[in-house]
Amino acid sequence: MPDISRRRALTAAAALAVTATAVGVAATAASAADHTHPMPMPETFDEVYKGRRIQGRPMGGGGHHHEHGGGFEVLIDGVQLHLMRNADGTWISIVSHYDPVATPRAAARAAVDELQGAPLLPFPAN
Amino acid sequence: MTVRKNQAALTTDEKKRFVDAVLALKRSGRYDDFVRTHNEFIMSDTDTGERTGHRSPSFLPWHRRFLLDFEQALQSVDSSVALPYWDWSSDRTVRASLWAPDFLGGTGRSTDGRVMDGPFAAAAGNWPMNVRVDGRTFLRRSLGTAVRELPTRAEVESVLSMSTYDMAPYNSASDGFRNNLEGWRGVNLHNRVHVWVGGQMATGVSPNDPVFWLHHAYVDKLWAEWQRRHPDAGYVPTGGTPDVVDLDETMKPWDDVRPADLLDHTKFYTFDS
Ligand SMILES: [Cu+2]
Ligand SMILES: [Cu+2]
Repeated sequence: MPDISRRRALTAAAALAVTATAVGVAATAASAADHTHPMPMPETFDEVYKGRRIQGRPMGGGGHHHEHGGGFEVLIDGVQLHLMRNADGTWISIVSHYDPVATPRAAARAAVDELQGAPLLPFPAN
Repeated sequence: MTVRKNQAALTTDEKKRFVDAVLALKRSGRYDDFVRTHNEFIMSDTDTGERTGHRSPSFLPWHRRFLLDFEQALQSVDSSVALPYWDWSSDRTVRASLWAPDFLGGTGRSTDGRVMDGPFAAAAGNWPMNVRVDGRTFLRRSLGTAVRELPTRAEVESVLSMSTYDMAPYNSASDGFRNNLEGWRGVNLHNRVHVWVGGQMATGVSPNDPVFWLHHAYVDKLWAEWQRRHPDAGYVPTGGTPDVVDLDETMKPWDDVRPADLLDHTKFYTFDS
């Protein structure tokens, strides 16, 4: 991605941090090799999708062991969904591990689709 | 010497022995240890951190060793059994004999994805989902739903023609043979097959579906074909790469085997063709 659009993305992310709403910017992420430009934090969300509450938010400070979402977590009916961010800024979850989507919200919705009403189990904190 | 055959060419007796050995491992609890190990690696392999089983150069040797362990476990039950492979570029419809009731059973029913026939259907009582990420305890599939088409032979050829094994940054953003075979880049071979099968095969606990082994046995065969085609190209990186398993570094969870020890499959098994 040209630098100019990356800078624009980071600016949008900064705005997001204040308002906690607005367009998703995760998919505009910088390359993984580029550690000097950390990927922007995705948008916070809290909605009911197909009858289930899905939430996405920056992680609290409290020592989560599995932290592969760049400090972002997703919950389905209050249970944490194991989430991972790919180098290109796309996302996968434990219930859809081979099929990247653009945002954590899309991963949460894909998980609800896949679960067909079944409860998510908390992943072992090993 | 173990000969790995195309699943389409197995005799009725070979299919039965394979299925019976898999069910015996399930009964003894050994099968679920494989599921657990796979899920642990898939959750912890990350693009920006330590990565061993997936999204890294060691994807291929890691799964080769993982399949060897499983095949040896099968052979401890029945020494005549070898892992078959599923060439999904030729047996690419739900009507393939792979999915018949005398082998793996077919797709899931539309309401809940539950597999209703074959030896691994929940109703038969021999295939409980013990290591799982959600509440459902039955094997599920949704063949050809989430993605319509399995890879074609031409797509396989396009990946086999890539002359570099892997490239920096040695993760899901890499160019080269390994990542195009794994499927994070390009036409998408291995990942797409997981998605095409659906059900548990699309999740971190994918070895819950026995087709996992047949899929990976074919991915492993494609690595061997790539080596034959590019005899002068080798595993990379060859040293000093943080978070990545170099050629002569040992791999978790075994800690006593290096990619270098696994490059030549003929030490362990051959293929029917
Ligand atoms: Cu795997
Ligand atoms: Cu796989």
